[in-house]
Amino acid sequence: MNSTRDDQAAARPRRALHSLAVIVAIAVIWEAVKTLFALPSYQLPHLHEIAADFLREGAGGERWLWIMTQNAGYTALESLIGFALGGVTGLVLAMTFAHSRWLERGLLPYVVASQTVPILAIAPMVVVWLGTSWFSKAVIAAYLTFFPVTVNMSRGLRAVDPDALALMRALAASSRQIFFKLRFPAALPYLFTALRISATASVIGAIVGELPVGSRFGMGVVIINAAQYYNWRPANLWAAILVSALIGIGFYQAIAALERRVVSWSRTAPAV
Amino acid sequence: MGSPIIELASVDKTFESRAGATEALRAISLAVDAGEFVSVIGPSGCGKSSLLRIVGDLVEPSAGAVRVKGKSARQARLDRDYGIVFQTPVLYDWRTVLENVRLPLELAGRPRVEREERPPALLRLVGLEEFGGHYPWQLSGGMQQRVSIARALALNPSILLMDEPFGALDEMTRERLNQELLQVCAETAASVLFVTHSIAEAVFLSTRIVVMSPRPGHIDRVVTVDLPHPRVDKTRAHPRFFELVTEVRQSLREDPGLAAGHTRPGESG
Repeated sequence: MNSTRDDQAAARPRRALHSLAVIVAIAVIWEAVKTLFALPSYQLPHLHEIAADFLREGAGGERWLWIMTQNAGYTALESLIGFALGGVTGLVLAMTFAHSRWLERGLLPYVVASQTVPILAIAPMVVVWLGTSWFSKAVIAAYLTFFPVTVNMSRGLRAVDPDALALMRALAASSRQIFFKLRFPAALPYLFTALRISATASVIGAIVGELPVGSRFGMGVVIINAAQYYNWRPANLWAAILVSALIGIGFYQAIAALERRVVSWSRTAPAV
Repeated sequence: MGSPIIELASVDKTFESRAGATEALRAISLAVDAGEFVSVIGPSGCGKSSLLRIVGDLVEPSAGAVRVKGKSARQARLDRDYGIVFQTPVLYDWRTVLENVRLPLELAGRPRVEREERPPALLRLVGLEEFGGHYPWQLSGGMQQRVSIARALALNPSILLMDEPFGALDEMTRERLNQELLQVCAETAASVLFVTHSIAEAVFLSTRIVVMSPRPGHIDRVVTVDLPHPRVDKTRAHPRFFELVTEVRQSLREDPGLAAGHTRPGESG
């Protein structure tokens, strides 16, 4: 009956322990598979080889841990800007659609079509149009971000309990009041579900945007280079993949934490 | 007093859908005087909810006239003359209990002092002063419905529209809330239009009971409840209470369409 917040606080150390147990289990399976199938390092390196790669010095004399950190920061920033850009675009589209069936019917096919074109085909064009700076990457990240927000949010804005609307009407609420005091807050759980999907998608968008020739920073560049030298130093690519995944996980967790704060009233807010 | 507070004259309602037209109400004429508690009883599908929504200007009648306090229903709605309670509490999940009760005051742009002072007073009225900081899901169904009654009273409406407000509650909670509702109404002097499918509830609460039958919904008869006030637990044991319950039940039975006229709590009329 009472607040679940205390329960959540109590569950935190236990959750950390669970996460640790899962990481240990994955490590054990990883090494077991490698030994069992006698996989050479270019197919599956030892975990300690990947760890060691972070301590190796790069061409410029900097350690890879630092190189990765800088590039990861660059990619994270591009993702974040793209996420914000795409989130706002998605919101505006969703509000437009919720406002006018006619506009939705006209525009939705193109919104859907935009997502069926592989991002790999679009990314180079965007880079050609907008240059190789961070901005083109953010735009590509936004391109992947806006879609889940548009679809989920327009559904959320419509999925209002008819009696909740009737109540507003009986109280002679203005359409502005209905939007801000009913439709928007009621749609917040839908929005956050979309934002969690978009959080990881925006990182993918930024990395794909870094792949075309001409880019100089970011995890996409690190991945391309590591792939070229894979036969020499397979651990480098695995390390790059690991770092990229960590950006996505961090981003997702940040959104989930925000969601727990903003929709704390919801029974369906994510536990993790 | 003079003219009635609610007046319906030959109201018809037909719902058009792809499957064809459904006649929900036919030739409804009814007058409710100020301070009256009028229940509308009938089986599912008799249009009693539609009738309530027509009075509240949530649904347009197909024909006929509705006057509320001498105005159109629409004007009465815009003047915020209505407090409304639905079968489900319809509380906003993202607002605390106190904030839910405050909603009508915010919408009406009432001064800050009133927005601060009125909601706690209303919660005291329904016996929930300690639960203002809770979220709706932390309350039982009966408590949620009390919050929704407090919210309906926030703007001191002259008319309360209640659409099977206790239909989803267990019998004991329902009886307790019936009692509380009468006390609340006595304090606010609001006129009540109350939709229900519980005969005992209608008899206990009302000054008059409008008995409806379905397809299309029309008024079969109106039973005047001459039980003494105030109505208390003892009222339910009053011989006249049983007579009236029997009278209403028979009026409902007389309708051949109602042979199996049992309705589940989840359904609305």
